[in-house]
Amino acid sequence: MAIKPLLEVRHLRVEFPTRRGTLLALDDVSFDIAPGEILGVVGESGAGKSLTGAAIIGLLEPPGRVAGGEILLDGQRIDNLPAEAMRKIRGRRIGAIFQDPLTSLNPLYTVGRQIIETIQVHLKVSAAEARQRAIALLQETGIPAAEQRIDQYPHQFSGGMRQRVVIALALAAQPELIVADEPTTALDVSIQAQIIALLKKLTKEHGAAVMLVTHDMGVIAEACDRVAVMYAGRIVEIGPVAEVIHHPAHPYTAGLMGSIPSMDIERERLMQIDGAMPRLNAIPSGCAFNPRCPQAFERCRSERPDLMPAGATRAACWLHAEPLQVPA
Amino acid sequence: MTALVEVTDLAKTFDVSAPWLNRVIERQPRRFVHAVDGVSFAIQRGQTLALVGESGCGKSTVARLLVGLYGPTRGDVVFDGRNTAQTLASPDARALRKRMQMIFQDPYASLNPRWKVRDIVGEPLREHGLAMTEAELEAKVAELLRSVGMGAADMEKFPHQFSGGQRQRISIARALATEPEFLICDEPTSALDVSVQAQVLNIMKDLQRQRGLTYLFISHNLAVVRHVADQVGVMYLGRLVELADRKALFATPRHPYTRMLLDAIPDIAMTGRQRTPVQGEVPNPLQPPTGCAFHPRCPHANARCSSERPEMTLFQGIRIACHGVTEGRI
Repeated sequence: MAIKPLLEVRHLRVEFPTRRGTLLALDDVSFDIAPGEILGVVGESGAGKSLTGAAIIGLLEPPGRVAGGEILLDGQRIDNLPAEAMRKIRGRRIGAIFQDPLTSLNPLYTVGRQIIETIQVHLKVSAAEARQRAIALLQETGIPAAEQRIDQYPHQFSGGMRQRVVIALALAAQPELIVADEPTTALDVSIQAQIIALLKKLTKEHGAAVMLVTHDMGVIAEACDRVAVMYAGRIVEIGPVAEVIHHPAHPYTAGLMGSIPSMDIERERLMQIDGAMPRLNAIPSGCAFNPRCPQAFERCRSERPDLMPAGATRAACWLHAEPLQVPA
Repeated sequence: MTALVEVTDLAKTFDVSAPWLNRVIERQPRRFVHAVDGVSFAIQRGQTLALVGESGCGKSTVARLLVGLYGPTRGDVVFDGRNTAQTLASPDARALRKRMQMIFQDPYASLNPRWKVRDIVGEPLREHGLAMTEAELEAKVAELLRSVGMGAADMEKFPHQFSGGQRQRISIARALATEPEFLICDEPTSALDVSVQAQVLNIMKDLQRQRGLTYLFISHNLAVVRHVADQVGVMYLGRLVELADRKALFATPRHPYTRMLLDAIPDIAMTGRQRTPVQGEVPNPLQPPTGCAFHPRCPHANARCSSERPEMTLFQGIRIACHGVTEGRI
């Protein structure tokens, strides 16, 4: 890539020590995001997508911890920073948007107070300036009558409007990176479409990099430039959105795409992936997907594949391995 | 062919007034939400009617009215020729309950965590006297579990030992225990991951084919609806705005709200089709707009739309409540 990536995640490993042994929740996760780029991270419940986001913003729930690898923001390591230093980066350089807009806002403070507080913590501006900025942010996120609504409490906003406030809050200190964890999952489709359009517009204008975590392939198709598909704590495929959707290289991605009821193609039965994702304490040997994979062969059961080039994307699947070099 | 379920002018009003003392001191009037307001439809035997709409449009209330979890404020539900509300008050109530069952949205909340699967699935069998001996009960539970793609060995397990998709299949097995003719499914797959959703939808379709089941399928996901339904009803603020065959509805959506919903679906195939951007939000149901409830968001609204409420009328083979369409403006 010509542009230097803003966020680099290298061989990230997250563990949860428990009484019955250590669970490996993320294993060897690597990707990067360029400024102005939206990377989608998709996968089913428990695949580790939200955990990846939490590790990047330094908000892993104890006892979870980063056990290996590194996270670099603009070339600087942030995974080993002390809590106080990380707190300065969070909000200032990395903004976060969470799924439920009601729980991400404090119900006891007006939305204006929450945005102004965020601005003043991170930027040296006067109270009046901060208020002006807060109003401008609310306007930018499409809240009508922002001058009046800034003095209202979260419960006076509808779900879609609250999510706009949360986005305004995440943008308050003009972060370089935004981690959005299922930002539209709690919203109705008509509101979801508006929020996706807003996110896309704002990233373009601010040039921020976005990591968009979601389980909804439709949201990915609408919003993202590239997508990483996760399964059982690992990235199984990563590449440009159109390629991953139209020519999935990994059997899991193909199954995932086939199981989505389509608006354009009529099918009597949906393609289904039998079984369920393995639990963290029972990850199969070899490729974690092999017991559910219709194309699994001997090598899949014994040897774990890493990401390798597969057409226009990269997939962790032995189907795309170079034929073994037979010594002469 | 006669309809198995016929709903005429069904309405449900909830009293959401402040407590009496507050009303007196603050001089507030009583307040009502018209959750469902004059909904009519019929479902033919062996067919699926899907109701779609956004949160708060009243689709779940319709489901609950149909099974009798709520009593209607107005209107009738007729099941196989008999009025449901009257039957449920008569000694025949048990016989009717056996014939219609409900599947709920959240399989984590709808199964008793302290019961084993054999008791969960077996309860309706016991309750309706469909299994006389323990051995018979066990055989029937095993068969029900097999019909939803699970094993007889799962009987001795508790709900927490299953994933979301498996739990929803247990709910389906339980609903099927009394061999009902009519299943009301309230967002049965919206709590599930897509690959698991596909498993559950496939099972539901297979069961419909094998047993000739009739479904009322409630969902907010139009793509899922397109996959399962024969007929689709679109609801907005407690009223049906369009009721049509699946093919007609998806090929030529007529009501501006239906078009807006279809346009809002993320374009997963990335075909780049032209779409009109969605505007506005669902209004507060406590103060619904005058006239057509959709007129503040509608690009085609005129003076008539904001003053006169459109009724459902038959128009070119579909039923629709829109002045613009019937006048030929849209």
